[in-house]
Amino acid sequence: MTPLIAVFRRELASWFETPLAYVFLTVFAFAAPSFAWHAGGLFETGRADLAPMFDYMPWLLVVLMPALAMRAWAEERDRGTLEMLLAAPIPLWAAAIGKFAAAWAVAGLALALTFPMWIAVNYLGAPDNAAIATAYVGALMLAGGYLALGQALSAATHNQVIAFVLGAGACVLVTVTGLPFVLDALAARLPGAVAESFAELSALARFESLRRGVLDLADLIYFLSLIGLGLGIAIAMIDARRGGGGR
Amino acid sequence: MIEAELLEKRFGPTLAVDGVSFAVERGEVVAFLGPNGAGKSTTLRMIAGVLEPDSGRAMVAGLDCALNRREAQAYLGYLPEGAPAYPAMTPRGFVRFHLRARGFSGAGLRHAEARALELARLGSYAERPIGALSKGYKRRAALAAAIAHDPPVLILDEPTDGLDPNQKDGVRDLIAEMAPKKAILISTHLLDEVEAMCSRTVVIAGGRITADDTPVELALKGPDGTLGGAFRALTADALRAEDRANRALAEEREGAA
Repeated sequence: MTPLIAVFRRELASWFETPLAYVFLTVFAFAAPSFAWHAGGLFETGRADLAPMFDYMPWLLVVLMPALAMRAWAEERDRGTLEMLLAAPIPLWAAAIGKFAAAWAVAGLALALTFPMWIAVNYLGAPDNAAIATAYVGALMLAGGYLALGQALSAATHNQVIAFVLGAGACVLVTVTGLPFVLDALAARLPGAVAESFAELSALARFESLRRGVLDLADLIYFLSLIGLGLGIAIAMIDARRGGGGR
Repeated sequence: MIEAELLEKRFGPTLAVDGVSFAVERGEVVAFLGPNGAGKSTTLRMIAGVLEPDSGRAMVAGLDCALNRREAQAYLGYLPEGAPAYPAMTPRGFVRFHLRARGFSGAGLRHAEARALELARLGSYAERPIGALSKGYKRRAALAAAIAHDPPVLILDEPTDGLDPNQKDGVRDLIAEMAPKKAILISTHLLDEVEAMCSRTVVIAGGRITADDTPVELALKGPDGTLGGAFRALTADALRAEDRANRALAEEREGAA
């Protein structure tokens, strides 16, 4: 655990040693309420809840999480510090989880910056706080899934811009498979069971139930699997750089 | 402490390291000498566990660097080519990160950190961001991280490359100070460095070892009794062979076009 904690501390500190984390948190703190007010019509719904914010949360996360994940390995490769990391007795899984956990902590902090809205709706009415808390858990899990995918694609290149574009593309892909127009298009071209299985793989569909306040173990397992898959791919890609025929 | 046994590494069609074998014992400072592209850094990366050999094996303290990678790396301090480091970190933070990753904590960490910063002569520069330091101090920061855990084996890839004469002297003094207790392998193409610091010289050219002697014995292999003459003589064949291979490849491509 010691190398994992060392990597986590270094990564977390690295966010706040530069303006990166502050810029990211500021953008998120303004963008999330803006979506709720302008696109979600928070005040027009006449209901004391945060549904208008969580409705648009996947689309905000689909852009911002790859931006948070793009530097994970691409920056290490570009600066040459990956060689130094690989020469230290740090297991790759510890480096990958340490990097992921630090970025996830920043994402969690960004979500926490929207808590004033939660306090405000409590002031204005009597919302279902358990449902809102579940939606926050869902947003955190969705952010984790996107971050892990972003980290996997960051391991594929030394260019952070390419890592971002690939990461955002992958996140959009796992999100849109749950949209009705995509499902209709898939159903028209693929056998029913295959189209249905694509729908089951959609992060949007899994987030939807959590957004409505339904805490389903299957959804949590889905997001944890997505995180595991992303980190597994990242570890395999970095390990492959050692070469040597997989000894 | 360091053993390379018939190491081989290929990148696509290029055989970068071809059957390299040598050993370095405690108390030795061995220069790994060769022209650019000779296979020096690739060999060092295999010993450091950064790359795995296609065949052969690298050992550190009796441990296979591919099969027991992390155990071998625990005995190793490694300064990669170009001394990469995180620019936003201070040298102190950088050294601390390396020590924490190796399990140091509390008083042990503070002691090792202070010792490494002092040995690398970082002074007040230990508190400034690495990105704002001169090339010499950046290299010292990376060197401090490499020696912080007091490893018995040190692998330094071009440790004085790009430094001014005063900075080079500083690094050479540090290596001389550590030499009696460690096995040190230094990759370089600077012949004055070999004469100043090293007890033995391993010459590599075209991925193959062409000599393994003391600097004095090596100099005698040259036409004029100097290290420079010996280096040119020992690497000329490999460079000519490389030239021929490149020309043949170019002609083959032209023909195909």
